[in-house]
Amino acid sequence: MSDSPMAQPSSFVWTRRVFLTLLTGFVLLPVYVMISSSLKPLADVSGKFRWLPSGLTIRPYIDIWSTVPLAKYFGNSLIVAGAATVCSVVIAVFSAYAVSRYEFRGKRVFTVTVLSTQMFPGILFLLPLFLLYVNIGNATGIALFGSRGGLILTYLTFSLPFSIWMLIGYFDSVPRELDEAALVDGCGPLGALFRVVVPAAIPGIVAVAVYAFMTAWGEVLFASVMTNDATRTLAVGLQGYSTLNDVYWNQIMAASLVVSVPVVAGFLLLQRYLVAGLTAGAVK
Amino acid sequence: MTTTVSTEAGGRTVRKDAPGAARGSRRRTGRLRRAGLPYFLLLPALILELLVHLVPMVIGIVMSFKELTQFFIRDWSTAPWSGLDNYTVSVDFDAPVGEALLHSFLVTVAFTLLSVGLCWLIGTAAAICMQDTFRGRGLLRALFLVPYALPVYAAVITWVFMFQHDNGLVNHVLHDQLHLTDKPSFWLIGDNSFYALLTVSVWKGWPFAFLIVMAGLQNIPRELYEAAALDGAGVWKQIRHITLPSLSAVNQVLVLVLFLWTFNDFNTPYVLFGRTAPEAADLISVHIYQASFVTWNFGTGSAMSVLLLLFLLLVTGVYLAVTSRGRRTSRV
Amino acid sequence: MRSIRAAAVGAVTMSLALAATACGGGSAAGGGSNDSPKTLTYWASNQGASIEIDKKVLQPELDKFEKQTGVKVKLEVVPWSDLLNRILTATTSGQGPDVLNIGNTWSASLQATGALLPWDAKQFDAIGGKDRFVASALGSTGAEGKDPAAVPLYSMAYALYYNKKMFADAGIANPPATWAELIADGKKLSKGGKWGLGAEGSNPSENIHHVFVFAKQHGADFFTADGKPDFTNDGVVSAVQQYVGLMASDKIIAPGNAEYAQNQSVSDFAKGKNAMLLWQSASANLKSQGMSEADYGIAPVPVQSGTPGTGANVNSMVAGINMAVFKNTHNLDGATEFVKFMTSDAEQKILNTAYSSIPPVAAAQADAAFNTPANAVLKDTLAKSAAALPQVADESQFETAVGTAVKELFADAAAGRAVTAESVKAKLEKAQQQMPTK
Repeated sequence: MSDSPMAQPSSFVWTRRVFLTLLTGFVLLPVYVMISSSLKPLADVSGKFRWLPSGLTIRPYIDIWSTVPLAKYFGNSLIVAGAATVCSVVIAVFSAYAVSRYEFRGKRVFTVTVLSTQMFPGILFLLPLFLLYVNIGNATGIALFGSRGGLILTYLTFSLPFSIWMLIGYFDSVPRELDEAALVDGCGPLGALFRVVVPAAIPGIVAVAVYAFMTAWGEVLFASVMTNDATRTLAVGLQGYSTLNDVYWNQIMAASLVVSVPVVAGFLLLQRYLVAGLTAGAVK
Repeated sequence: MTTTVSTEAGGRTVRKDAPGAARGSRRRTGRLRRAGLPYFLLLPALILELLVHLVPMVIGIVMSFKELTQFFIRDWSTAPWSGLDNYTVSVDFDAPVGEALLHSFLVTVAFTLLSVGLCWLIGTAAAICMQDTFRGRGLLRALFLVPYALPVYAAVITWVFMFQHDNGLVNHVLHDQLHLTDKPSFWLIGDNSFYALLTVSVWKGWPFAFLIVMAGLQNIPRELYEAAALDGAGVWKQIRHITLPSLSAVNQVLVLVLFLWTFNDFNTPYVLFGRTAPEAADLISVHIYQASFVTWNFGTGSAMSVLLLLFLLLVTGVYLAVTSRGRRTSRV
Repeated sequence: MRSIRAAAVGAVTMSLALAATACGGGSAAGGGSNDSPKTLTYWASNQGASIEIDKKVLQPELDKFEKQTGVKVKLEVVPWSDLLNRILTATTSGQGPDVLNIGNTWSASLQATGALLPWDAKQFDAIGGKDRFVASALGSTGAEGKDPAAVPLYSMAYALYYNKKMFADAGIANPPATWAELIADGKKLSKGGKWGLGAEGSNPSENIHHVFVFAKQHGADFFTADGKPDFTNDGVVSAVQQYVGLMASDKIIAPGNAEYAQNQSVSDFAKGKNAMLLWQSASANLKSQGMSEADYGIAPVPVQSGTPGTGANVNSMVAGINMAVFKNTHNLDGATEFVKFMTSDAEQKILNTAYSSIPPVAAAQADAAFNTPANAVLKDTLAKSAAALPQVADESQFETAVGTAVKELFADAAAGRAVTAESVKAKLEKAQQQMPTK
């Protein structure tokens, strides 16, 4: 997006400036606390809050790796969240395309049913789902509980409903003439989907992918019972810094920062796709 | 589900039927395949949702009619059927269990409305503010997504750290530095815990609204703004008459899912307050967790969940009916 | 569109079938088997400063066990935040470890699920007999009159930790032996930003442990003899009021402690913000916080009058960890052998030294390693004046309901509201009504 076509009144410019400044402060305050606390010795962190650390130490950044097998948890989280994201986005693209471009019986039922899955509190299907996985495991020999596979399956369905609904909206706003033209050019429906609709809806797809990733990245409850030592994810693993004896505030903060840096960097790389897309030339 | 924009912008006709359906040469050959294709495309999603959500949901509903306490969880088939007992206990608002549930429900409704409202407002405002290029926009955009990128546990535990009574930043600023309160306040227990929860929830939730609205804004053709500018419409007017209506499709889904998630959010209150939340911030998800996992009465917990499900179905139904009608009329 | 209807019917049938199999629950009840005699899975609780430290403590011992028996033990140290949920899901699905650690207060609740192997006389004989264990520890292994659901592994007890320097500065010669003395001392110590005592006001379990002891000292119980909740009798009400009163009316606990739930009171004590602390086996913890053993003293928890003993002079709960065998184990003999190994005199010494707990095995307890002054107090308490928390199936509900009620009372006290007999009774009344009726 380039500049607004028209000179903006100063009321708008000032409102924007003030609003964005306040918002930045609100967003950054906890981030600042995390960064400064992660550089303080433990005694400092469990004492009265101070804006500037009395002394800087990088000790927490060294200790985090030995207090908790952080690298392993990080790897698990990346695998689980990454796989769940890819599967979820692909499946959602197919479903959304069907709903957006075709008339068929049961369409309404499908969309509403999918949405209704968001209404049942997760706590309650935790137990039935666990049972189901165990029974499937016993019947087929596929180990779903305790494995990354089971967790991937679970998380991808968490993000699926919203991904489908969002993508339907994005696909609807891609003009139909485009895929019709592709069909005339001899593409099959799937060809039209991947050559025309998907490229035109990249911002929506990226947004949905980011969402799917974060859903899997942060989930605590299911991960806490469905993983074991070898497959534990970060969201649960971070709790290892608060033990029966002590809460290692500085290490929690340091570890959170360390694991968040790659994710934020990923966001930075992706964000140009978020804003490119339809207006970039697909239409004209 | 077509937005106002695509119809107005190019004056295109929008066809609701399958692409290519009007073309005679392709019609017959593709017919059979086309009829099956949408179902084929939906199949993976359907199977997975069935497996992970719908079947466990059905089991959950069955559970709600059983007396499923610790004496029976090892072998569910031995648990006696309890009929509607679990439900009558839950909705008997004169007795403590029902009363607590009702209280928790009302707290959750208030919390959800406020949180969703604020998340949406801040997210949309920020997305609109950042539509134009200015120096540092890319950096700011990435920065705004940081709360969303932090693992929930890390983010919430940082807020716990800040909300501490004796050593927290919030009291340090409000009391020690600004002298706004005569004595340090409690944020994690007592009545203030509601505001603490709301703050954390908004902090964590608004970047999502921002993200989605921002992506939605990309689909608004620039010609619309140009045309409006030629007509002499100012920025505020453009926002009101072009930006917001164009976002209605995105908003319809966004607000709904924000509502559903916030209503069912478990991670935030759980990390913030632990297994037992203070009364003022006793969200329904933690309440049900307590009723089932902590007190080991999965039957009553399920019954409460089913009631919740019914309520949310109702809200969603009404919401979709109202918003869809609203959008249909606005298109004319 | 016949296909969609067929699909719908198929989907419904499938879901019902799945639901039916799932509702069948775990595998059939009954004892374990010996299908896989070469391996064991062991869920350990987090006892040390971190999970990694626990692994370092336990792994060499497991290797030793493998060398002796040829059975490989797969260790998983489960964090406390997940342990009970993991046990519950394991119970429901029948898919769990062979051997596991449980908090000893959970014994009766878990016993009621039938998921744990009962330790009858024969089973006990296999690990050297029941009389190897200290009686108080055995009192917290399950409901009375039933075979224990678990075997004691580590024992702990509450003691009064006090800061020697702060006591000397305030001119207090000896640690308090009664609550009246503690309050008097506490008032002398509570000034200039320092406080007499610390508490974990928002931690339901800690609250329960304390009000349970206070109730005992008031000659009251939370449950009637036949196991019915009785939270509102006068003894219990005064007990709770006395405990919360340490903050509300005696003002020797900082109001900020009302929100403590993550052991902040221990670090406050280590930093000299609180002069006294009521805690179970805090030595290792204090050491990790940089407080040297010379800086604090350990005394028995105060009583109302006289000296600690039984009945109204109980001054601690029996705290500790039990070891249980999951009934669905596929290696019953190996599991029993492993419990025998872990409770052997030699291992008990090693493990309890590492975790600064007291061995529940009599022979190991007599070892010189457990004769330090600190351990002497704890041992003495365990032997003479500790009582087990109610061994009823509803124990975990009781912990939650009453623990939360006390938490709310602390919140009231912190906010400056009066904590009266009426307000205490009202909260307890509410807690009692949340208990299961059957």
